[in-house]
Amino acid sequence: MKATLILPLAFLMGNAFSQEGKVALKDGPGREKAQACVACHSLDYIPMNSRFLDKAGWTASINKMINVFGAPIAREDVDAIASYLAENYGKK
Amino acid sequence: MDKSRRRITLAGGAFALSPISRAFAAPVGGTAELGLAEIPDGALAEQSLFALPGKLPLIRKTFRPPNFETPVQYFRTPITQNRAFFVRYHLAAIPEVAAKDWTLTVGGESAERELKLSLQQLKREFKPAQVTAVCQCSGNRRGLFEPHVPGVEWGVGAMGNALWRGVRLKDVLAKAGVKADALEVVFDGADHAPLEKTPDFVKSLPLEMAMDENTLIAFEMNGEPLPHWNGFPARLVVPGWTGTYWVKQLVSVKVVAKPEGNFWMSTAYRLPKGRFKTPSFKSQVAAANEPITTMVVNSLITSLKTGQQLRVGQPLLVKGVAWDGGSGIAQVEVSTDGATWHAAKLGKDLGRFSFREFSFSMPTREPGSHVVMARATSRAGETQVNQLIHNPAGYHHNVIQRIYVEVV
Repeated sequence: MKATLILPLAFLMGNAFSQEGKVALKDGPGREKAQACVACHSLDYIPMNSRFLDKAGWTASINKMINVFGAPIAREDVDAIASYLAENYGKK
Repeated sequence: MDKSRRRITLAGGAFALSPISRAFAAPVGGTAELGLAEIPDGALAEQSLFALPGKLPLIRKTFRPPNFETPVQYFRTPITQNRAFFVRYHLAAIPEVAAKDWTLTVGGESAERELKLSLQQLKREFKPAQVTAVCQCSGNRRGLFEPHVPGVEWGVGAMGNALWRGVRLKDVLAKAGVKADALEVVFDGADHAPLEKTPDFVKSLPLEMAMDENTLIAFEMNGEPLPHWNGFPARLVVPGWTGTYWVKQLVSVKVVAKPEGNFWMSTAYRLPKGRFKTPSFKSQVAAANEPITTMVVNSLITSLKTGQQLRVGQPLLVKGVAWDGGSGIAQVEVSTDGATWHAAKLGKDLGRFSFREFSFSMPTREPGSHVVMARATSRAGETQVNQLIHNPAGYHHNVIQRIYVEVV
């Protein structure tokens, strides 16, 4: 169902949204680009899925976000984001 | 005393807990202390207790879309209270629907006519029906998969059991009229994604499940209106089937002649074909995989945690809940030595779709270690597994717990 204001959610989620703001990604090259994920979901999805994906695994996740969910991520940024995620949230 | 410490103390119940018990140090929602594999390190470090409006503090997996897990202590009763019931969403745009504005549209190419029903009409024009049933996310316990698989890294609490009250879907479909060519019934809720391009969360059921007398459009949960986070004002209730089919904030029901082909049916929520003995959703079976359908038999010990210590003479009390995909629980057996199994006493039968309580008590006469296990068997003859049946999306984890306690 489309055509709904998100405002009521913002009202209900007010406190949760402010808490969400406290979820910070680790510093490192590519972090700015990885922030694009917040268009659709909170950043806690990233640490939650660590540390068990290698760079190929993170690349597959990013490509799913673009191809299936329509994430507004440029193709040329996929490698930089995957490198950042593999380095900071990847399998060691 | 912080929350996690208080929680663990409660977990001890009648036992005299040693303050140096390892369980005291366990982070919120850890699963190793439950005698299962641990959720991923990152998930364990990131999650915390957080109360959404109208909810008790639950284990926050993600803020947006909201994914919150019920802590184990709320499974010490067979009915899960509304304020503790887990929250699971795929898409982050979740409107607050006012009951007076809500309309359910029932139609589709294989319906004789289209209906527009208000909540009042739904309540007045159809016979009331109710069922006690477990709603469990398909991916409950996904975090315990080894090797880990991506997704929401749930521990054991993406489930709950409630008394659902509403009307039978089959009665509503009968009023719309079902044509002879009807194959599936397709359901959409009021929620959607922030982006236009993201596939809306739309699910379908085989016609025979939609026409099952236990499939409800529910507007009450445990005698109260549904909480916002659990689908107010009305949601689908599909007893025995995993939570993915229980569409929340239901606004559209369509009877169709062709298999629903959107992402959430054709790609997501699928199992490798033939890996589990659950029923097939025949119109949706593909070459390599098929949709998840009913839950597998499972149980959860709620009275003990690994590291707990008991004094000699105190009874070792093993309590918990068991459930399956709708045949009902035939028996729960408990082992305290890893070798011999004893029948646990079953609690009141609240129906074949409900949690069934179990309890087993053993006197302790001398110091020593015990591995405590419980295994449930359904009336269909299915038993919990010793080893995980791995699958790419992390569904149907029903591995037997191994909780280590010490008598000192």
